[in-house]
This record gives sequence, structure tokens and C-alpha cells, in this order.
Amino acid sequence: MAKTQPHVDVVMIGLGWTNSIMGMELTEEGLNVLALERGPDQDTVPEFAYPKMADELTYGVRYQLMQRPAKSTVTVRHGVRDSALPYRSLGSFLPGNGVGGAGTHWNGHTWRPQPQELRLKSYVEETFGADIIPDDMTIQDFGVSYDELEPHFDFFEKVAGIAGKAGNLNGEIQAGGNPFEGWRSDEYPMPPMARTLNDSMFRDVAKAQGLHPFPLPAANASEAYTNPYGMQLAPCNYCGFCERYGCLNGSKSSPQTCVLGALKRRENFSYRANCEVMKVELAEDGKTATGVTYIDENGDEVFQPADLVIMGAYSLHNVHLLLLSGIGEPYNPISGDGVVGKNYAYQMNGGATLYFQDKAFNPFIGAGANGETLNDFGVEQIDFAREGFIGGSYFNAAMTNGQPIRNMPLPGGAPQWGAEWKEAVQQTYGHTMTIGSHGSNMAYRDCYLDLDPTYTDDHGRPLMRMTFDWKDNDVRMTQFMKQKIDTLSRALAPDDYKLSFKDFDSHYDVRPYQTTHNVGGAIMGSDPSTSVLNRYLQSWDVHNVFVMGASAFPQNLQYNPTGLVGALTYWAAKAIREQYLKNPGPLVQA
Amino acid sequence: MLYRHGFIALAGLGLMTTTGMALAATASPDAQGDVARGAYLARAGDCVACHTAPGGQPFAGGLEIDSPFGTIVSTNITPDPDAGIGDYSRDDFAAALREGERADGANLYPAMPYTAYAKLSDDDIDALYAYFMQGVDPVNETPAESDLGFPFNQRWGIGLWNWLFADTDAFQPREGQGAQIARGAYLVQGLGHCGSCHTPRGLFFQEKAQDDSGEAFLAGETLDGWWAPNLRGGGEGDEGLQGWSQAAIVEYLATGRNDHDAVVGEMTSVVANSTSHLTDDDLQAIAAYLKSLPRERNDESATSDTTPAQTEQKLAAADVEGALGARLYLDNCNACHTVSGEGAPKVFPSLVGNELVNADDPTGLLRVILEGARLPSTPAKPEALAMPDFAWRLSDAEVAELATFVRGGWGNHADAVSADQVADVRKTLPDDRETSAPDFVP
Repeated sequence: MAKTQPHVDVVMIGLGWTNSIMGMELTEEGLNVLALERGPDQDTVPEFAYPKMADELTYGVRYQLMQRPAKSTVTVRHGVRDSALPYRSLGSFLPGNGVGGAGTHWNGHTWRPQPQELRLKSYVEETFGADIIPDDMTIQDFGVSYDELEPHFDFFEKVAGIAGKAGNLNGEIQAGGNPFEGWRSDEYPMPPMARTLNDSMFRDVAKAQGLHPFPLPAANASEAYTNPYGMQLAPCNYCGFCERYGCLNGSKSSPQTCVLGALKRRENFSYRANCEVMKVELAEDGKTATGVTYIDENGDEVFQPADLVIMGAYSLHNVHLLLLSGIGEPYNPISGDGVVGKNYAYQMNGGATLYFQDKAFNPFIGAGANGETLNDFGVEQIDFAREGFIGGSYFNAAMTNGQPIRNMPLPGGAPQWGAEWKEAVQQTYGHTMTIGSHGSNMAYRDCYLDLDPTYTDDHGRPLMRMTFDWKDNDVRMTQFMKQKIDTLSRALAPDDYKLSFKDFDSHYDVRPYQTTHNVGGAIMGSDPSTSVLNRYLQSWDVHNVFVMGASAFPQNLQYNPTGLVGALTYWAAKAIREQYLKNPGPLVQA
Repeated sequence: MLYRHGFIALAGLGLMTTTGMALAATASPDAQGDVARGAYLARAGDCVACHTAPGGQPFAGGLEIDSPFGTIVSTNITPDPDAGIGDYSRDDFAAALREGERADGANLYPAMPYTAYAKLSDDDIDALYAYFMQGVDPVNETPAESDLGFPFNQRWGIGLWNWLFADTDAFQPREGQGAQIARGAYLVQGLGHCGSCHTPRGLFFQEKAQDDSGEAFLAGETLDGWWAPNLRGGGEGDEGLQGWSQAAIVEYLATGRNDHDAVVGEMTSVVANSTSHLTDDDLQAIAAYLKSLPRERNDESATSDTTPAQTEQKLAAADVEGALGARLYLDNCNACHTVSGEGAPKVFPSLVGNELVNADDPTGLLRVILEGARLPSTPAKPEALAMPDFAWRLSDAEVAELATFVRGGWGNHADAVSADQVADVRKTLPDDRETSAPDFVP
């Protein structure tokens, strides 16, 4: 028999970026807000403190800050006729664990989508005609416009303290920034990070080719900074321990460094770590949620009643909880009916590794979002009809770290073991740079999430099943990028270089790390028959459930998701504060 | 006379939360203005710091203040008639605050800063009385008695001390003193009781000056090894607060951090519980007053063997062969405090010319290196920025080398530190302190 906790106004599932923000917004309304975090509590000191965090084996290889697959994971298969197997060993993507969530262990690349990416289907149809969309491609509009989100992008960038250079201020193109970005009402709150050799080389060669390089927008502080909540970032010291690590220096934007200190001061906010939500409970008519059931740190089952439920777990967990709770109709890829789990998408990336015998890059001087980028081949820049694909990418020449276990790129043909391998490592360490392409991934009818019929988690609940593979449209996109990066690589005149891009015989491989940008499955939109959430991230079916995060993306952007995730959270919070609380019910009539 | 040692125990208070300190809504409408003002004044006096036990009810007393003479236990000052001060008249209350006299006529130990509170105006006494009678929840818990050995348990002796040292005159602004500086003087000398820590003590542990008529007033004192800095910020020179602007002092009191420094030690709880809750006007007044106090020129100040540029160049070039202290600095401190030693504004305090670093007694610096430090979360700057502990990582000899390097680098001019000194400080670290030691360290 579950014990019942005293009622709260709002229960939030997860305490990462989205629910830290939501906590600030809803406590300002005087609501009594409780966050339930599945993992442990953690902060810069003592959990991420220097020098403990600079330990590649513990955190980089053994994933100390990530969730344990033995406790919770997904099963994966390529197609609807395949049998899925559990993702038992972390590889392709790394969902975080604990307070701060993925916001603690990210690199900090912080982008806004290009305006047309938010209305991709309409843009493609209007510009190139509906017939260029492949039959099995199920792309949609987000249902919210760039102009509507602009103030929220701006505020999130100020809260997170992003270092960068604007390229488009209120429609005026700015030298040194991204001329292809959507308009910005304000400059970035901090100047770009210090430049490194790889940045400068890439910038010069890109400029020589008539392209438009600019510094990567970074959630790594380029100077001491205080955000609108009074929270502070310290100047980054380029230690090179960002991705997979908590920042030891208080320099990487995270819920801890940007929000939680301010939120914890509020007497109407509380949080409980090591509390895993099992299910959102529904009223008898199924139209409202009554609260959540969770397992507390002692292993006891607890019912937490609440008037409003904000789901802000990792995107995959949001979808899993919706499926387990019976909120919304599960998606069926055969009939095309249902919505929950629909349009799971990932990220189509590729890259080149360039070896220069006579150049010392000092890769141990790095930061997660240190890099020079260009967006000349973005979604809005490509003629989809002419090139034969829908999508786009940005390129980056980043120097994130010089960690020795995993960052020892070798030239092609170098031996993989033994004395000659050691010699090759000595020759090449510090002499390579990379150029990456980070690209969109469209949504497809048979790329989706549902409950696995066979495997269960440690609580006996069905695991979620991921059905996903690469599609020709996206491979054509990345092959296009390969040609461009090949040209740039040659122009840099390295002694040797190798390209690594998906090809038409490539299948999704869960083993090598690719990116933790798992999107979709609880998508937002304008029509309840094709989306789980309305444009305010509110469940169409259960009006007092709102679902934050990249699970709301109908397909994936060419960019890293966090900038849009942050802006959408403020957008949803505004709707809750200004509309929902006055008159609880559906904010959009179906 | 025990105050000197008594205050030390406050370091153990850590970051007392302010939860539960909201005004109770029991005040009558007429008195509400006074109650609210009294609550503010109680903040300014930081009454909660001593009169609340860790995790205890606000103002219910019970904080144990260790001293070599025995343990002083703070009293219950909630309006409970049995356990607290509920049966105090307004005049009883005033006598306790201004004269250190209990309602039953016994003398309070001078851990209670009545020599400072003597400056309080009648209006402020009224407001404080209103607050403690109507704005504080009564708590019926009687803390243990203070347990001092003979002769210190003889409270009559305090009467003699009072006769010799206690000045019971109310505050009077100086002639020609502007309103802002007069307000600052009133707060600093009175409720703020800043002199309790920052004014040198005499042979009988009396403060050498109760107000700015004496040059010793706020000229700095060492308390259990921690240097409570000289707060006199006026006159020619750039030592200590002389080099801080009025705005920098305000920022420090409001947030515990500014472009120069970050709060450590006992002052941390003062910022958390008291100064961070004061109005900007009052903080400006305090800062203006401190800037108005001339600082005596110290012609004997030690000179340094280094210039800031020399140390910076040495570190930037990693030229630390045979220089263990400098090497340890690069490996442990440089990531935040940088080769310039200047850290970063408001996040990493500057070590250059830093009062804690350059103090005669290195105990405070050694405590910070060994056990780390954490800023208070304040309304304006909510992030409790922290420095990790290094006790698990560095030996006594290493800490000594490191501290010696820092105390002599960038133009700093303090004496070398020995491994024995570090060992002595290490023995005083609390067992339950927070540590960042990795799990694999035995």
C-alpha cells in the first residue's frame, strides 16, 4: 500500500534544465512546487570538485554520471520486423543521472534553430512543393513560431550565460557572427571564448572559400558572469573536461551554476533526490492527472498528489512515462494511428580528422564548446529540390579535450596495437584537428518508440523499445556535407586526413558514441491526431500534464537541442502562468 | 571577557538557514510597524547567530560557545514567560541590551555585546522589544546553564569589569557629521557590534575603543587564529579597505563577495544572517562610515621579496623546478586563482594583498586550504560558491610550502609557515566536514 504525501500544487518529474527553469517560473506564482529527481543530489562542490572530476577513466570511460543500463535502459531494433535487444552497454547516447541531468555533463553548444526549422513541413511545401517529401517521411511543424520564441531564446541565453557573437541583430547582419541565424533582439551576454589554433586555421580557410565562419555559441563562460537570477559563472580555464563531466570550475552553464542556488532559496520549492517516478496517476475519467506514484530513496512506494504535473525527465523517459501512464494514444506505425512514441529522431553527424606533422594543437587546452563553426549549408541555405534531400548541417572545428584514453586519433594505416602503435600515438598526439558536420535528422513512419513486449526494467515495467535506422534522405544530406568538408580539409593541406560519414549501407550502431540528442516521441503540434502536445507543451488528452524537453521536437534540428529546449520551457511556463492557472483546462481547443 | 573566545564557536554555525524567521502574524495592527522594524533591527544585530542552536528554533538559545573558561550556552530570548523573556518589561529588556543586566539583577556574560548595544536609541529598543514580544514565536525550552569553572562562574566579577570598561552612553553623532555617516556610525558601533571582533582587545579582553574616539577602534584583531581585518578605510594609502570603494564594501556585506575578496570564517554567518538582509541605504551608510575612519600609516609594514609580475611570469612559464610551493600552487590553486593570483571578480577571490593570506597568524589561511570554504547564499547572490578542501590531498609539509609561497608571492609579505603549524590546525578540523575526496582515496 503506497503511502501518501501531503498535497502540492505542482509536482515536477526530474530536476534538470527544464524543471529548474519551471521551478523558478511557477514558484514566482506563489505555487508550492516539488521536484522528484530519480538520481542523487549533486553540486559543483563536493561532487564535481577539482581535481576529482579530471578523471577520464571514472567519468569519461566508466560513465560515473550516467544512468545505469542495469537499472533502466531501452531496447533497440532497426525495423518493425526485427526483434529489439536491450541497450546494455552505454555507447551511442548517454542519458544523465542525478540533479542537473544532462545539463551537468553536456559540452555546452547552445543554438537557436533557424526560423524555418520550426515550420519545416510548411516551408518545404511552400518552397519546393509537397511532392519532394518522401512517402515515409513524417515531418511536421512545431506549431510555434521563431518570433514567438525569440524573447525566450534571449532570456535563456542570459540565464545560461552564453558566450558568442550575434550575426543578426534585429535583422541587421553583424560582422563576425552567423549571418544565417534568425534575428536576435540582443547580443550574446558574453563575448566568444578565446581562440585556439584549430579555430584560426578553420576560420582562415573557410573565409578564403567565401564561407562565413563564426565562433561556436558556448555555454562555457568566457569571463566572470552574473545571470538574471544573480547566479554566477566563473571564467572557463579550458581544462578540457566538459562532456561526460560536471564542471569543476563553475564555468559550464548547468542547472547547478545557473538556477538551482536561486531556486533552493524559495520556501515554496522543495526537491527530493533518489525518487523515481513510476507513473502519472489519472482521475477516473482519464482527463486529469491526480499526481504521481514514485519509489523513494528507501524503496517505498509513495503517492504524491498534485494539481499540475510537469514532466521534465530526459526525453526518452518522458515518452516512457507517458506510455506507462496511459496518457495519449500509443503510436502504431502500421496504421499510422496514435501519437505517443511517434517521430523519434536522432542526429546525422559526420566528420574529418586531419593530421599535421608540423602543427601543435595543444588539445589539452580545450573546452566543450570551444570551436569555430559555419552555417553556410544550413537548412535554410540548401535548395532541397536541386540537392535531392531535406535537411542541413553546421560545421565545427572544435577542440574539446586532449583526454588521452579516448582522444588519440591516428592517421589512416597506423597500427592498432603494439610498439608501432605507441610510436604512432607519440607522433600524432596533439597534431590533429577535426572538422565535424552536425546535421538534421528527419522523422519517418517507422522510426518510433513503444513499449517492449519482452524486456522489463528493475521495477518490472516494460522497457521502452526504440525502432530506428538511417534513411536515404539523411544519408544524401550527410554525403553532401562530406563533399564540402573534403574540400575544406584539402584546402587546409594536412599531411593526412580521413573522413567518417554515414553511407547508404550504414545502419544505426548503438556502440560508438554519437550524440545524446534523442528527440521526438512526445511531439508538439497543432493537431491532436498528429501530436501528443499542443503548442504550449500541454498534453492534448490530460490538460494538467505538461511535457518539457526535446521529446517535443517533431523531427530533429540541424543543431544541438538545448537552446530550443530552454526557450520552449519558458514559452510553456508563460502559458501556464498567464493562461492556465487562471482557467485550468486545454489551452488549445482541439 | 570571554567573548573573544566565545565568538569562535560561531564558525561552527555554518550557514544557518533563514527558514522559520519570517514574521509571525500575531502582532496587533498598531504594533505591526514596530514589529517589522524590530525584526529588521534584530537582523542588524544578528541576534539569531548566538541565540539559536544549530537546527534549533529561532531565538530559543542553546548554542554552545566553547571557551577555555568553560562552555557558555546562549539563552532563550523568545517571549515564552518561563523559558524565555516573556515576562520582561520594556525596561528590563532595555537593561539587558544596554547594561548587560538580567531581569533578576544578575550580570550577563559579556559574550552579549551590551557594551555596543548601549548605543541603541530608545526608538530602536522599543521596536526590538515589540518584535521579541510579538513577532517571535515563543519556545518553551530552557537551554542548559552555562558551565564555567571558578572564578568565571562568579557573575559579580563582571560588575567590576563593567565598572572599568563598559561605556553606557547612548550614541551621539559627531558635530558636523553628515546624516549618512552618522547612520553608519550608529549601526557599526551599536547593533552591528563590529568592534566585538574587529577592535583590538586589552589585557582584560576589553575592546580598546568602543567608538571612533579611539584610534584602535576597528583596527583589526586576531580571533582564534583568524584575522578579523582592520576596517578603517580612510586616510592615505591602499591597505585593506583603503583600496576598496564604498560600493565594494556594500557588495561584500550584501553578498559576501566582491571584486577583491570573498567572505570566510565567522564573517560568513554574519553576511548570511545579518548584513545581506540590510537595506542598501544602511549598507551604504556603513560603508561610508568605514571609509571615513582614517587608518594609521604602518611604516613598519613588511616588504615583499617579489613583485606581482615576477610571480606571474614564474607561474606562467611553469618555472617551478625545485620550488615545491609554486609547483603545488600550479597543481592545486591555479585553475581558479590563476597565475596572476587575482582569480576572477566575485567568483574567485584575489590572493594578492589579501588580508587572510597576509595575516600574521596563518591559521585562517590554513583552515581554508585544508577544509575549503563556502560562500553564503544571499538574496542578491544566491550561489553558495565553494572552494574544495585539500586536507585529503596535501601533507602538512606540502600545505606549509604552498602557504609560504602564497604568503610571499605577488608582493605578499607574510612570514613562512611550518609543517608543525599546519599539523596544529589540521587537528582542529571538524570530523563531519564536507569533503571532495574521491572515493578511491583511503
